[in-house]
Parts: sequence; structure tokens; C-alpha cells
Amino acid sequence: MKNWTKHTLITRWIAPALLAAGGLGSAHAADANANADVECPIKVGVLHSLSGTMAISESTLKDTALMLIKQQNEKGGLLGCDLEPVVVDPASDWPLFAEKARQLLAQEKVDVVFGTWTSVSRKSVLPVFEELNGLLFYPVQYEGEESSRNIVYTGAAPNQQAIPAVNYLMNQVGIERWVLLGTDYVYPRTTNKILEQYLKDQGVADSDIMVNYTPFGHSDWQSIVSRVKAFGSMGKPTAVVSTINGDANVPFYKELANQQISAADIPVVAFSVGEQELSGIDTDPLLGHLAAWNYFQSIDTPANERFIENWHEYTGDDDRVTNDPMEATYIGFNLWVKAVKKAGTTDVDTVIDTLPGLKVDNLTGGTAELLPNHHITKPVYIGEITDNGQFSVVWETDEEIPGDAWSDFLPDSKKLKADWVELDCGHYNTETEECSGQMSDMAEDEE
Amino acid sequence: MRHSNHGPVLTRMLGDTGSLIFVVVLIALTVAVPLCNVYLPEASALHVTDYTVALIGKYLTYALLAVAIDLIWGYCGILSLGHTAFFGLGGYAMGMYLMRQIGDRGVYGNPVLPDFMVFLDWEHLPWYWHGMDLFPFAMAMVVLVPGLLALVFGWLAFRSRVTGVYFAIITQAMTYALMLAFFRNEMGFGGNNGLTDFKDILGYELSADGIRNALFVASGVGLLLGFLIARFIVTSRLGRVLEAIRDAESRTRFTGYRVAYYKLWIFTVSAMLAGVAGALYVPQVGIINPSEFSPIASIEAVVWVAVGGRGTLYGAALGAGAVNFAKTWLTGAYPEIWPYALGILFVAVTLFLPKGIVGLVSQLRRRMRRKEPS
Amino acid sequence: MRTCTPRGTTAAAVLALLAVLALAPCALAQNNGQNEGQNTDSNASEATPATSESPAPANDATVESGRDAQASDEPGDTAEAQAGADGESEPGADTGEDEDSTEYAATIAELADASYPEKRDILNRLVANPNAHTPELLTAFADNRLVVRESDQRVFVAAEERDETYVLRDPITFEAAGKAATRDFEPVRTNVGLRGSIESGQAQLRLQAEDAETRLAAVETMTEKLDDAAADALRAHRPEENDDAVLEAIDRALAINDLNTGDNAAKLAAVERLSGDFNQMVYNRLNNILLLIPEDTEDRDQAQLRAAVAAEVERIDWWRGVYDQLETLFFGLSLGSILVLAGIGLAITFGVMGVINMAHGELIMLGAYTAFVMQQLLPGHVGLALVLAVPAAFVVSGLVGILIERSIVQWLYGRPLETLLATFGVSLFLQQLVRTVFTPLNRSVSAPEWMSGQLHFNDMFALTENRLVIVAFSLAVFAALILVMNRTSLGLKVRAVSQNRDMARAMGIRTQRLDALTFGLGSGVAGIAGVALSQLTNVGPNLGQAYIIDSFMVVVFGGVGNLWGTLVGGLSLGVLTKFLEPHTGAVLAKILMLIFLILFIQQRPRGLFPQKGRAAEGS
Repeated sequence: MKNWTKHTLITRWIAPALLAAGGLGSAHAADANANADVECPIKVGVLHSLSGTMAISESTLKDTALMLIKQQNEKGGLLGCDLEPVVVDPASDWPLFAEKARQLLAQEKVDVVFGTWTSVSRKSVLPVFEELNGLLFYPVQYEGEESSRNIVYTGAAPNQQAIPAVNYLMNQVGIERWVLLGTDYVYPRTTNKILEQYLKDQGVADSDIMVNYTPFGHSDWQSIVSRVKAFGSMGKPTAVVSTINGDANVPFYKELANQQISAADIPVVAFSVGEQELSGIDTDPLLGHLAAWNYFQSIDTPANERFIENWHEYTGDDDRVTNDPMEATYIGFNLWVKAVKKAGTTDVDTVIDTLPGLKVDNLTGGTAELLPNHHITKPVYIGEITDNGQFSVVWETDEEIPGDAWSDFLPDSKKLKADWVELDCGHYNTETEECSGQMSDMAEDEE
Repeated sequence: MRHSNHGPVLTRMLGDTGSLIFVVVLIALTVAVPLCNVYLPEASALHVTDYTVALIGKYLTYALLAVAIDLIWGYCGILSLGHTAFFGLGGYAMGMYLMRQIGDRGVYGNPVLPDFMVFLDWEHLPWYWHGMDLFPFAMAMVVLVPGLLALVFGWLAFRSRVTGVYFAIITQAMTYALMLAFFRNEMGFGGNNGLTDFKDILGYELSADGIRNALFVASGVGLLLGFLIARFIVTSRLGRVLEAIRDAESRTRFTGYRVAYYKLWIFTVSAMLAGVAGALYVPQVGIINPSEFSPIASIEAVVWVAVGGRGTLYGAALGAGAVNFAKTWLTGAYPEIWPYALGILFVAVTLFLPKGIVGLVSQLRRRMRRKEPS
Repeated sequence: MRTCTPRGTTAAAVLALLAVLALAPCALAQNNGQNEGQNTDSNASEATPATSESPAPANDATVESGRDAQASDEPGDTAEAQAGADGESEPGADTGEDEDSTEYAATIAELADASYPEKRDILNRLVANPNAHTPELLTAFADNRLVVRESDQRVFVAAEERDETYVLRDPITFEAAGKAATRDFEPVRTNVGLRGSIESGQAQLRLQAEDAETRLAAVETMTEKLDDAAADALRAHRPEENDDAVLEAIDRALAINDLNTGDNAAKLAAVERLSGDFNQMVYNRLNNILLLIPEDTEDRDQAQLRAAVAAEVERIDWWRGVYDQLETLFFGLSLGSILVLAGIGLAITFGVMGVINMAHGELIMLGAYTAFVMQQLLPGHVGLALVLAVPAAFVVSGLVGILIERSIVQWLYGRPLETLLATFGVSLFLQQLVRTVFTPLNRSVSAPEWMSGQLHFNDMFALTENRLVIVAFSLAVFAALILVMNRTSLGLKVRAVSQNRDMARAMGIRTQRLDALTFGLGSGVAGIAGVALSQLTNVGPNLGQAYIIDSFMVVVFGGVGNLWGTLVGGLSLGVLTKFLEPHTGAVLAKILMLIFLILFIQQRPRGLFPQKGRAAEGS
């Protein structure tokens, strides 16, 4: 809470007229120091679209968060308090995300928020979380190039998904020619830029890389698939790296099937297609196409089995699949619970300071550690689509890979570093040794 | 509703009870909300939280957009299903200014280029970004860009007498095309992410309480001025011509009026008002992205006007407030079922309140008056 | 286009064929060309588990106890097979009769702990030295049905049953080897590259088949993945071959191989042998020769070869251009026919009745969901369900349409812009209804067999069958609608009411009932469109939103109130977009189309086919 007496236009402007009322101000200021003790119930905000275009993906994460909260309450809650979910619907409307974030933090006074999916929704709420000093767990793979003190990124950064996938195709399948297909927005743009640089570093010629962007919800893939087919018929093994988003995937895969491009001809490795997306597609023609994730439902571990069982029980539907962002939500939730337990409070600043270095089990048998850059360590799996709408793992990394907030393959971000423990900075320039943008002590400076 | 054209301007404009009440309430709101936010203790029942200030501020800009739409639809019969295009352009002009204000505080620390350009390897600032760091210039663009688009588009459309549903559909095409264009990262407007992470305006930090209240007051004043301008127009002689066009376009034309020019003029004014609304909207919500151009958003804006009551101006503003308040409340309180409620609301308003909420008031009044004598 | 070469007649024939095919989609022959081998194969693989239903109970006990031992496994073991245990592995239980089979068994055992390159090597060794069950083994391998028992690293062929058990078979003899819990096994992983190798291995094995057609298919598969090993195998097989067709296929494959590896004379002969062959591999290799020989080569033989190759490449390029245009045209027609399908219902509700029906998209969506529900109701009958979904969707969407008309729209006639508001509300409502009933997730609608695949004209030109079916379907829907409007009394009355409502009523037409029926008709047609779209795109709550704007554009472009306008408008917008797209990219093409539309409406404010007469003046 910021002090109202700060030199503001309004105060200067109207204060003389309202000196009498001004006396009330001191009471207001005294209220500014938030009480660090825990107030029951602990409120957990859930900020996922339940209507509009993103509801397809996001509503599942709302259910996941609610399930985790319910389980935690059954285990006796947290610090002796029950967790109370506060669900709002930002309706796939980006400015509404900012409004709802403000509502959660300022009106509902939630202690933590699990939410957002698209980059733009995260960018939209980021200033709100920084201004009101909230804590957001972001559970989706994204383009990187960001590290905020108030956000914990439990999804994959490009080095935890894209680069291992390309490595696999290059070394294990022997791919020499690359088609980078993406929806025209920041995640595919960044990922493709990183990949292009990476491929060139590996000696792939410019003429062996084709990049194509399509608009959101693109539904007519005939021409593009036909071009991909032509590009792939030049005698070198060719693969498609797909960062096609959401709705456009189904017509894309259907067109692949129509034009009879099988995985043996031109394998497609996707970064945004998981079990849930597959549940809306007839997978028979897609057998063998690939996806790179940090989690697959098919991975056989006791933890995962339990998680899936709980999920089926919670949703009352044995056919509901689990997916990577669900695991990321699970990891994020457990990290937060652990941090709160360790800190003994839900106070955001304390929790943020407690979080880095904490480790929790992931669902695939490894551990996720929260790094100082607010990203986590993750294993990478490459899976091939099977006929039951699942993935069978064909390759995996030997160990967890630490998430990299600033890519080493982009000239302007190579020099940047995020470290909220030592440097207290999300974009520290290692050349000028300066920190630009947000710093954790910013709020205090203002007081 | 019609009043003499010959009285003093102010009486003419505010002679209508509804308008008068609206102006008084609006002024009261504009003054009271910031005061209640700053001077009342948080514990007080009348305290207005920061969240509410930002929220009402947003409604005020929506209301200005609704007034702009009502000006052409309610008074001249031009249904534009693409008015958020002008709103969005105004918003982008403001967003560009705010973006330039970030200066070297972006993550890559480039003093000139916004982060997304650094990231996409842009070497120079595109020509249309030049000058946007100057507040007066940017504010001129807020009005001029939407105005110019409206002028060109309207000139083409009205000259060849594109009317009614056809006009509505091509305005949809216009805003849809703009949305697709702004989605393109090559355009240099940040693509899908749009412009965001603004730091300050006119040297003051955006997230400061004072600035929030100042923006609120600016929105209130903007709406007030916009409303008064619209009232001035519709109560002038010109306004009568517009209504004549609305009611019988061919007849007006045959009487000797150059219908196309009247339409073009009012369409351009309306677009400029929408642009101003967009410019006020952006710093308060903190983001502008291409989804503002979406055809559905435009239809929603028309729905506000219809819900409030078409052809009254204050009804439009009221409708914008009411629908958006309902949306805010329902998406929080009933996240699972709010689209039902909103859908039913739209249907019910059309069927039972053909003149909108404002119509309901006069309907009730009429009924009461009718009852009294009997 | 250039004047016809002798081959130009093919193009005409193709066009004619297209037209014929468009009218009789169901009679299409399946494209069997390149995939035949694969098809037979997967049939065989389906048969295998079916015949293996009788397990040998003897082994059950041991296997079950193995499961208990495994149950204590901790999460740490996910490093899985390839991080793998020590390569030590016992050979199979069957002790070999002779040396060959021992070696064969040892080779299979190596699979338990091999990297992908090693697996490829193992595969080659198996194919080079096969036993009677090798084809079956490869099929199982490709289908990921080879598993390794964790306890003793033994390889089995497995068929998974519902209750998480495997029915096992011995990989060498294919005798039943009992049942076991899936938990005790790790799969022998395959990936795309490896499966490609398996496929050529299978083809190579089939070279020995009795049936000439199987051999032919095998040669064709091997030609697809032609490498030195495949060429050697073909060359070795050639003397034994007695079937002419197979011989010819082998010669072609060898010629293609010569283009890369042969000497000058062999290359020249190959160029002549392959003249007129549109195979992509031929084209690539010809281009490669052009790259290798400098244009001003001194060597006469080289120069001669280069000239021959250059002429051939030029010819192929010319045909390529022709077929590219044809393909783009087809893409355009297919996109256009979707626009027509989406718009045609609106052409009735909006065009004829003047209702701005914002819920049109949701009526399409309901049709698509009907297709989904029908497939759920008739599991296993994908095609039949889809066919039945057409009338069902008509009824569902039609009834919903009538409901909307009776409850809402009928009070709003003469106030078109208010119908916009009310139906916008309806559209929100229907979307959320679908979210509640079917969840917000996309639903999967399968494609029937006669809609998946390609109609193969030659190596350069193939049309996708489902697009052909949809083009034909949209034309059929259009024709039916025209018939209804022009040849039935319902159509007559609809037209009468739309032209002069009062007069029609005076003539005794029950306009209210008719309005409901007309709205129902338009809505029903939207539902039918939904069934078609379910084959191409997401079946989800947002389906309608994606098409509503395009639908309005098409109707307005064509001219409100004119069905023919919708047809011509939709098709031409589709074709135009597709011809723009290669030059501008998809986004810009769409933007340009919208700008074109705006300018067009400004030139012709009432669309392509303006409504004439009294009705036109009213609006």
C-alpha cells in the first residue's frame, strides 16, 4: 500500500479546498503496514479464462487449481487455515485480465494467484502484480525474455523445450531441412528466432530453413501444407517445428492427414500440442508426429498415477486427460505451499524471498527446483503421438534442465541475467553491470 | 425531446431533463470519486478503492465511445459495427506515446526502440513512430488518425450511397482488416502483445495514486466534453438535418441537402470522439492490443447503446456503464454462468425495452402520469 | 497459359475428370498407389492380436509374481529403458536348432538395450537373414508392440489388453508366451526414422512374396526410400524376377539410382528412360546433375548430358507450373465452397428475411456437435454416422432456429438492427450452453475412410478427397436449396413474402408460419454446414465465431437476397484469396480481400447481383 501523501497532482490540486477532510488521512496512512500474521482463510486467486477463445485450454487449469486446493484442505489446510479459492473469469479478454488481477489483489486481497496462459495475458497483468506486489504462478511454456520478481514461471523456457526437441530431430532422426511454422505472435516469433540462430550455429544453411507465420485461428492450411510438402521433397530429411497455437492446430493436422503427409515423410514436432489438444482430434492419421514437453500423461510413475487418479476422481470423468501445464500448476502450487510452510506466513515479500532454492517432486520422478531467476528445473521429453491420443516417450534428457530467462541465442538478451537472490534484479546487464527495470526494493524506495 | 433552436446555447443543450441530470451526475462523480479515494479512510463506507477508481475510469471511456456511436446511429441512422477501430487507433496513438516514455528503462535498455522492436531486430524507429514522444503531437494523432480514416472511409462509402446493413458490414470488414493488420508483427505495433508495461505519463509515474485519479478526472471531463459537443450538434440546426436523414434519407436529398457531406462530417466527428475515448482508456488499463479492433468488440459497443437507449446520448453512456458493470460483477461473482445472464439480458432488453433503460424510465413515468388522473 | 503441347490434353482431361468426380464423390476409388503396401501391412497387424486371444495359462503365475516384486518400485526409475541397465541379456528360452537361429535370437535380444542407430543396424541384420516370422516381427516392431521384460531383459511381442496386461508371444517362433502385467515391461522404443527403416525392411522382405502385386508394391515402397542398400537389393533380385510390371518398376528404380551414382552414359540412359516421369526424386536428382556440371563444360559427353537434363527439367518445370495453378484453383474452390456453405444459410435468414442473425455461427456449431453426437451414438460406423448427421443436423439446427424465430425474432420484424442485438444475446447463450453440456474442450469428429486420402493423378498432382467431397457437398446443398426456392410452393411463398409481405398475406399466405419455416430452413442449412466443417476444423464452442464474419461478407458481396450471388461470391472470394496467398502470405491475403470487399461494395453498393424491383427499394 503506498502512502497517499506522495506528491500527486490531485492532492496539490484539491487539497486546499479540503483541508478539513485531510485530517482523516493519517488514519489511512497508518493502515498501510500490512499485518504479517496469517488471516484465515488463506485466499488463493485463480485467474483463468472460462469463456472466450482461451477457455478450451485454460478452464482445465482452473479445475486443476481447485482440485489442488481441495486436496490441501483435506490434508488440513495450510498454517492452520483453510485455503479459499477465488475464481474469476477474465473471458479471454486481455484488458479484462488486468482488471481481474487488480480485483483479486486489491479487492479480494488474495495471497497468491495461479493463472494466465497466453503471453499477452501475462504481459497484461504483469504491471498490476508489480504495482500491487502480488505473486503469480504462471504455468505455461513461454518465450522467455522475462523475469519479474512477482512472477514464478513454472512452464518451460525455450531452452527447456524447443532446443532439446531440435537436437533430438537432428541427432536421432537425422533431419537436415527445417520448416518453422508458427502463429504470428511473440512466443512463436521468439522460439523460431532462437531456433533459427541455433540451427545456423549447427551449420544448417539458410536455404534449408523455411519460416512461416499464420494468424490466430487460421483454418485453411491447404496452400501452406502443400508448400511444406514441396519443401520437404527436395531429397533431404525434413521436419516441421510447429509453434502453431491452439485452435489452428486441428485444421492443420487434418490437412496434413488429407495431403497424406505421414510422420515418416515429414515429422512434425509441436510445442503447443498436448494430450488435451489431441483429445479434440482424430489421432489415427497423426501417429508418429511428435511433441516436446516436460510431462506426458503416459509417463509411468507412482506420483503421476496418483495424480491422474485424483484428477479422474475430481472431474468424475475417466476420460479426462492430464497435460504439461497441469503438471506446471501442480509444481507451482506445491512450491508455494512449501514456501508458505517454511516462511510461516503468506506475506508476499517473505514468500518471494523464501521460494528460490526450494525443491518439490515433479510428476515424472524428478525434482523441480526454483532457481534465482524464478524459473524451475525441468526434464524434457519427446513423445510420439499414439493411437489412443497419448504420447509415447521416444527420448528424454538425462537430467533436469534449468530454465533460462534470457536466451543465449538472441544477441540482445545474451548479456542479460536474472537473479532475484544475489542481484535482486530481473534483467541485469552483465556488460554495463546495471539493472534496468523492476527491482524488489522499488516499492520501499517510494515510501 | 426537441427544444427551441433559438435560446442560449447552454439552455438549448441542457434543456432536456435527462441530459441535465446526466451532466450533473457526471460532474458530481468526476469530483467525488477521487476525493473519496484520497481523503476518506479505507475503513469508511464511502471510501472508493484504487481498484474502483480504475474501474469507473474505464467505464467512463467506454461511455464516451458509446456516446460517439449514438451520435451517428441514434441521430443519423448510420450503424457502424466498426467503431472500436477508431477507439483502438486513438488508443494505439496514446500507447505509442507511453511506449516512447519508457525510454531506456525497457528490459534491453535501448533508449529509442521499444523492447519488442529490439527483440525483432529493428534497427531504426519506423517513420510513423517519430514524434510520438511529444505529448502534444501524440494527442493530435489521437484525434487526427481516426478522423482521417473516417474521412476517407466515409467519403468512399457515403458518396456511393452505401447504407444500412451494407454499411454495417463493411465497417465490420474495416475493423477486422485492422485487427489482422495490427496482429502482424511486421507492422511495428507489437503484434498480438500490443503495447504494454507503460511506466509514466508526462513525467509522472502511471501507477501513482495521483495519476490514477488525474486520469479518472480526465476521463470524466472527456466524457463531459464529448457529451456536450454531441448535444451541441444534435440540438443545432445541423442536428435537425441529421435526423431528417435518419428518418427519410431520399426525401432529404431531394429537398436539396447534400446528404453525403452531412453524413461524412458527423461520422468523422464521431470517429474522433471514439479516438479520444481510446486514448483515455489505454493508460488506465495499461495495455492496448489488436483485440480492441475485434468485430465482436464493436458489436458489443453497439449493444451498450441499445441497452441504454438509442438516440438520447446519455442513454448510451448509461448503457455502457450498466453493461460493463454487469460484466465486471458477473465475471467475478458467477464466472461459470455469466454469459447466460448477459445473453438473456440482451434478448430481454430488445424484446421488452425497445428504448433501452432510458426508455423504461419514461415508460414508467408515463404510466404513473396516466394513473394519476384516473 | 501457353498453347497446348501434345500433353496439354492431359490438363483438359484432368479438368473434365475433376468435374465428374465432383459429382460422384462416393464412387471414388481410393488412392492406393503409394500406400498400398502399408495398408495391407497394417491389416495384417490388426489381425495378429485378434488371433492371439488364447493365452497359455502356464506362465501366468510366474509373471504375476514378477509384478509384485515390481510394485515396490520408486519414482527414481523413470530414467527408463534407454538409460538402460547393463546390456547383459539371456538369449531366448528356445535353444536354437541351428547356428542361424541362435544368431537370429541373439540379434533380437540385443534390441533390449540399443540406441536408435544400433536398432537400425539390428534391423538390417534381421532383414538380411530372416526367418518365417520376420515380417510379423517387423510389423510388431513398427507398431511398438515389442517389449522387454524388466526382470530378465527378454524381448517379447505383446498385445495389450484392457486390464493392463499383455498377451505375450515369443519374438522368434511367435508362439504364445503367456500373459503378464504391463508394469513389468518396458517398450522397445521406435521413432519416426526407425519406422521408416522398418518399412523399407518390410518391403525388402516382400520382394520374395509369391504375389506379383505385393512385389510391385514392395518395389514402389523401396523406390520411395531409395538408397544404396535398397538399390543393391533390387539389383540382386532383378534376375529372379519374371513379372513384367515388377521388372519395369525395378528398372525405373535402378534408373533413378543411376541418376546419382551411374557414369555419364548410365546417367544419359537414365534421363531418357525417365523422360516424362514426374517423380519428385527424379526431379531433384536431375537438378542435382545440373548443379554438378558447369554450364560451359568442355567435355562433350558432359555437355550432351547437361543438355538432355536441362531440357527435361524445363519440361517438368512447365508442367509443374500448370499443376501448381490447377492446385491453387482447387484450393480456392475448396475454400470458396466452405464460405458458400457457411454463408448459404445466412443468405436465407439475412438475405431473404432481413434478419441480422448473429447466432448464425452458433447454428453452424450446433450442426458440428450433432455430427459429434451421431458418431458417439454409432461407434464404429464413422461414415454412416456422418451421413446420418446431415439430416440430423438439419433438424436440430432447424428446430433451434424455429425456436429462436418464434420466441424472439418474430417480434422484431421491420427492425433489422434490433435483431442483431437480440441474436447476439442468443449467440452468447448458445455458446455457453455448449460449454456447459460438452465442456469447453474441443470434441473429436473422425473422418470416414472415403474422406481421407488423396485422389492421385500423377506424382505431381493429387487432390485431397475430403476437400473434393466438401466441394461436391456444398454444390449439392446449394442445388437442393435452389430447387426448394424455385420449384416448391414453400419457395414460392417465401419469395412472395420477401417481396411484398402485405400482398402475400392478402393472397392467403400464413406469413407467421412461413416466417418460422423460412428461418428454420436457413438455420437447418447452417447446421448442415456444421457437419461439413466438423471434418475440417475444431468442433468447439468457438466454431461459430470463426465463420460468422466471413459469412456476412460473402452474403453482402454476392448481393443480399440472391442465392446465386452467395455461390458466385463465395467461390470467387475463395479463389482470389488462394491466388493471393502465395505472394502475400495468409494474413495479408485476408487483409487485401477485406479491403477489396470494402472497395467493391463502394463501387456496387448492393453487391454482385443486386436485388431488383420493389423489394430492393424497401431496405
